[in-house]
Amino acid sequence: MKKNVKKVVVLGSGALKIGEAGEFDYSGSQALKALKEEGIETVLINPNIATVQTSEGIADKIYYLPVTPYFVEEVFKKEKPEGILLAFGGQTALNCGTALYQAGTLEKYNVEVLGTPVQAIINTEDREIFANQLRKIDVKTPVSIAVTTVDEAVEASKKIGFPIIVRAAYTLGGMGSGFCHSTEELIERAENAFSYSNQILVEESLKGWKEVEYEVVRDAYNNCITVCNMENFDPLGIHTGESIVVAPSQTLSNAEYHKLRELAIKIIRDIGIVGECNVQYALDPYSEDYRVIEVNARLSRSSALASKATGYPLAFIAAKLGLGYSLHELKNSVTKTTTAFFEPALDYIVCKIPRWDLGKFTGVSKEIGSSMKSVGEIMAIGRNFEEAIQKGLRMVGQGMHGFVGNQPFAQDVKKELEEPTDQRVFAIAQAFEEGASVDEIHELTRIDKWFLEKLKNISDHANLLGKHDALDKLPEEALLDAKKMGFSDFQVARLVLNSKNMEEGLLKVRDFRKANGITPVVKQIDTMAGEFPAQINYLYLTYSGATHDIDYEKDGKSVVVLGSGAYRIGSSVEFDWCSVNALNTINKQENHRSVMINYNPETVSTDYDMCDRLYFDELTQERVLDIIDLETPKGVIVSVGGQIPNNLAMKLHRQQVPILGTSPEDIDRAENRQKFSSLLDDLGVDQPRWSELTSIEDIFTFVDEVGFPVLVRPSYVLSGAAMNVVSNKDELEHFLTLAANVSKEFPVVVSEFIEQAKEIEVDAVANNGEVVGYAISEHVEFAGVHSGDATIVFPPQKLYVETIRRVKRIAREIAKGLNITGPFNMQLLAKDNDIKVIECNLRASRSFPFVSKVLKVNLIDMATRAMLGLPVEKLTKSSFELDYVGIKAPQFSFARLAKADPVLGVDMSSTGEVGCIGDNYYDAILQSMLAVGYRIPEKNILISSGPARSKLELLQSAKMLKERGYNLFATGGTHKFFAENGVETTLLHWPSEKKSPNTVEYIRDKKIDFVINIPKNLSKDELKNGYSIRRDAIDFNIPLITNARLASAFIYSFCKWGQDNISIKHWDEYK
Amino acid sequence: MPEVQKIKLVLEDGTVFEGKSFGYHKSVAGEVVFNTAMTGYPESLTDPSYEGQILVSTYPLIGNYGVPKNDTENGIPKFHESDRIHISGLIISDYSFEYSHWNAENSLREWLIQNKVPGIFGIDTRALTMILREKGSMLGKIEIEGEEIDFVDPNKENLVAKVSVKEKKVYGNGKHKVVLVDTGAKNNILRCLLKRDTTVIRVPWDYDFTQDDYDGIMLSNGPGDPQMCEVTIKHIQKAIEIGKPIFGICLGNQLLGIASGASTYKLKYGHRAHNHPVIKVGTDTCYITSQNHGFAIDNETLGDEWEPFFVNINDKTNEGVKHKTKPFFSTQFHPEASSGPTDTEFLFDELIARIEESK
Repeated sequence: MKKNVKKVVVLGSGALKIGEAGEFDYSGSQALKALKEEGIETVLINPNIATVQTSEGIADKIYYLPVTPYFVEEVFKKEKPEGILLAFGGQTALNCGTALYQAGTLEKYNVEVLGTPVQAIINTEDREIFANQLRKIDVKTPVSIAVTTVDEAVEASKKIGFPIIVRAAYTLGGMGSGFCHSTEELIERAENAFSYSNQILVEESLKGWKEVEYEVVRDAYNNCITVCNMENFDPLGIHTGESIVVAPSQTLSNAEYHKLRELAIKIIRDIGIVGECNVQYALDPYSEDYRVIEVNARLSRSSALASKATGYPLAFIAAKLGLGYSLHELKNSVTKTTTAFFEPALDYIVCKIPRWDLGKFTGVSKEIGSSMKSVGEIMAIGRNFEEAIQKGLRMVGQGMHGFVGNQPFAQDVKKELEEPTDQRVFAIAQAFEEGASVDEIHELTRIDKWFLEKLKNISDHANLLGKHDALDKLPEEALLDAKKMGFSDFQVARLVLNSKNMEEGLLKVRDFRKANGITPVVKQIDTMAGEFPAQINYLYLTYSGATHDIDYEKDGKSVVVLGSGAYRIGSSVEFDWCSVNALNTINKQENHRSVMINYNPETVSTDYDMCDRLYFDELTQERVLDIIDLETPKGVIVSVGGQIPNNLAMKLHRQQVPILGTSPEDIDRAENRQKFSSLLDDLGVDQPRWSELTSIEDIFTFVDEVGFPVLVRPSYVLSGAAMNVVSNKDELEHFLTLAANVSKEFPVVVSEFIEQAKEIEVDAVANNGEVVGYAISEHVEFAGVHSGDATIVFPPQKLYVETIRRVKRIAREIAKGLNITGPFNMQLLAKDNDIKVIECNLRASRSFPFVSKVLKVNLIDMATRAMLGLPVEKLTKSSFELDYVGIKAPQFSFARLAKADPVLGVDMSSTGEVGCIGDNYYDAILQSMLAVGYRIPEKNILISSGPARSKLELLQSAKMLKERGYNLFATGGTHKFFAENGVETTLLHWPSEKKSPNTVEYIRDKKIDFVINIPKNLSKDELKNGYSIRRDAIDFNIPLITNARLASAFIYSFCKWGQDNISIKHWDEYK
Repeated sequence: MPEVQKIKLVLEDGTVFEGKSFGYHKSVAGEVVFNTAMTGYPESLTDPSYEGQILVSTYPLIGNYGVPKNDTENGIPKFHESDRIHISGLIISDYSFEYSHWNAENSLREWLIQNKVPGIFGIDTRALTMILREKGSMLGKIEIEGEEIDFVDPNKENLVAKVSVKEKKVYGNGKHKVVLVDTGAKNNILRCLLKRDTTVIRVPWDYDFTQDDYDGIMLSNGPGDPQMCEVTIKHIQKAIEIGKPIFGICLGNQLLGIASGASTYKLKYGHRAHNHPVIKVGTDTCYITSQNHGFAIDNETLGDEWEPFFVNINDKTNEGVKHKTKPFFSTQFHPEASSGPTDTEFLFDELIARIEESK
């Protein structure tokens, strides 16, 4: 009984943000694939241009527009769709869909919601309605009282008793939620929560209970399955997005497992879901008592994880169910012979670990709790817990080598165990090392003893290894057991050999174990635990096994693509797009086999139907070499997955692994500052003056020469970690003490910082040293804002022709000088046609998908063809002939990062981006700014304009705002400066002045619609006042801009263009 | 981890898997079968249907939550499916020497040792499973060093006689009198019946219950080849004549089928899992079921008066039969679950409803 719909709108989730990341590219892509298979015309609305789902061939029409009711309605008017999917674009799509339903828009345009009815979703979103609904079917929820004022919250707390938890309704990933132990804490928390929602819940605290989730599917015939259950390693109290999670559950008995499963099915039937939903439980660790704590009536981060953990394509199936299929009619896409109506049986364990990047923010608390702060996650697969978690801790990619074998944990261990931060698991390792017992750690952490016992096994085994000082003295069994418990060769080298040169050490371990026949085996994920043969190659490696599941041809046809690993600040969905596109190009070649290695469950590249063989495993030298040994490939592509594969290039090259494209030696010449600098000198290309320095005196001597400000950083960087601009001597001294802690191995690099310079990006492809395709784009902000946080315009609108000519020439010379074959990216500074190169990476960059899509030339396809040695046609189309403009704008997640200073600097802090296309610059700016959550202000704007230069920059904008009837408010200096220049503003006092009218009260009372706050200097140690205004703007959900150039661009756009003028055009219409 | 001894599994086809011993250290022979369930080892190990079998768990991490206390309720062990472990041996990949659960009293290791059942860990159970899938269930033996033994085919024995109760026993005091023909009944069948206002008269496999006063008959699960239960089949044929409601589970399904004239055959590697999909014939209604059987009814051989009740969606094998007009029905899967999904427990309500109708 398939529904007769011919055209369907799918809503995406927009930019990646904390709580809503790459998983929705995966689920949306799957849904679109399912619709396409049915011959349904698909219209996708998603401004996230770096995603796979917004690529050619996935949806029939793509609108890079904000996912808001206004734009969706405009698309309805134009496209006249019959159906809409709301469950595949996270909370963003769901909230938008709910708003459209409540406004009657869906009815007005006769658009049917496919899948779960909207009213059912609304019921699950309102906790009180939902708790009542569940009570009627005898399902328990936490004691909870909904309140609408702070006073009511305090009353409620008296009934429940502390500790309690406060939650805001209708928010992403627990925003505004938290535990309170006292009335004072409650008042503070409640005030904050009310800025996100007009209803909050005061609930009993179930801290210390187990947290368990089920992914449930229901079809329109009332058939239900639970695809997967998952157990949090961290007990309740830590958001599931912040928890280490395992699947399937490990400490639940059959009775508990099936009791919760039965309840999940009861719930999904009662709600009336058609598709997928996620049910989260708290389970008493001392009985079978439970509470339902959350239901997500849509695809979620957990469902993406469950899909990857089991091989069951939840999003694909959910989309089909929305079209009216029954589960038993659909096939299991792994076996291709059995039905989709079944529950996967796993014969392995998966372990998900969050990736945090809290070090990137100033002022943020590192504690983890009931609201989500992580920016990505990884999934590790093993045949025992020890193997899975050790793999996983390496995959997270923050310099850890597993559970043990790391640098000693420096913080207060007991405090860390009681009040967990992102480092908690390593505090457990340290506690074991210091002799703590499982019981003691359990008392402090409430982590189930089963997990702790397993971790102790690792710790004990590390001690055993440590008792030996040579590999041949180590009992073979001990080495094999170590490998079974997920110890890397690196860990063994450190524990046994005490190696100084780690690469040498780990290779020694590798040779030794290979000589002794200790090698991993390859196993398939088949959804049926071996009961039925799998038709796909979804693979992982393990030492708990005797034979490989698959045969190796050793025919030299494999092309291995190294993926991008965990999403993090600086490397996210854009590298997944690059990886997927490289696979697509390989798949088109008849005599090549595409092989992917990646371990990020939020990606499309880890979909088993994207390539011939998917290894869901580590991107370490050891594991990649293990796979290379089996595949004996034609070659390996290291240039599409960002910095992780790039860093492996030389290590693999030294082991005679064939690297496709630019030679690893040349990659190193670009990566190594010294080598790169002499290359530039040889080519006669200018660069900012810099020096690599080892002593404080040398640094001051150098600074005397070039003058402040200077940029200070360690040698090898990704997205500017530990990099900073310093403007005076004090700051420099302060920073140097920090930098020395950051990296002892590498000296400090100091370079001159050029102010008021334009920053230019080149994304290009070369073949044998000749540039065959390129895209030049410019930043809206002046140099000093990290390129990942900058607003990027392509094609450039404000560059001199001469500048562009010079940039092209430099790109050609560098491509030739490094004999590049494949993708590369350069960043340059331009001031008065004076061009300086600041960075060059011989790999794809963050902006490749953006420029490829605006240019409508797939640069990754070109690059991959070049790397495979296929003929590549040189691009003749001039990018400057485009009759439209693309803007890439960053998405920040400061709202989730309590206390972080929302200011931009040379270190990257955005979590995602959008890319929009418009008929002109203002059109595109406006679209992209609205897409990342800015709103066109209605009336009142607060400006504190910072240094003189930005005061001047904003003057014109302020005049324009006045002319359009806006009320301007300003802080002291700005008020005075504007008054002197004929712009009248209302003076608001600084937060510290404690005088009325004050910025604090205006922001908190929401009397301001838009805040412009320009920090006084480039360092982050900014005056407290500015911080307070910025942070309040974020906490009270008022749009904030901290860069004068960007503020002007936005103001010009909404003053001169306006929402009504925004083009409602799909990608193909821009010709 | 304590010191462990070496132990091996030898298959009929000559394949040898070397592992480590964690149960009772002795040699034992049986039929090697695999189960893909991810929970429920205490329930599976005490399931009489596994009599004579060496069980391979495809889920690698076993022993995590220990073994529950053996408390009784209404004369029935509360957490076990019978009064002892029935498997001959247990084969797993990764054993948790330390367990963690509020309801656990023992480790799996201690329990196996108490019951004198060997256990092997450290084996590539996936590779083993794939051999069994390709070649079919086969005989095997667990051997410790210096204790060689022969292969034994348990299906040639009357396993039912071994596991059935020796004498009639009555449970509960409810409205409906249900005869439970114990060919190896799991305790949860009893529990499911007792929850529904019944008096359960549990009788041995070869007991002629047709002479007793009863309202309905429950044919239980059990081990081995159904053709071994000739006596039981005769009694069922008489019960069919009498016409009071009959509900069969697993072996009970096969026995009811044979009693009605159908034939059975041995499956290549059986169904032992918690995730088998069945569809109610003639509807779009599907259930996830718990299964544990090596034999099945041949749908083609059902008599005119009978029809398939459920079929397996994956391999189309029979999952239940029912009489077209009379209150006789049975399922190949386990509506009593334990272990496994509880989706089909409503079938016990069906039995009660039929009993009420026929009164």
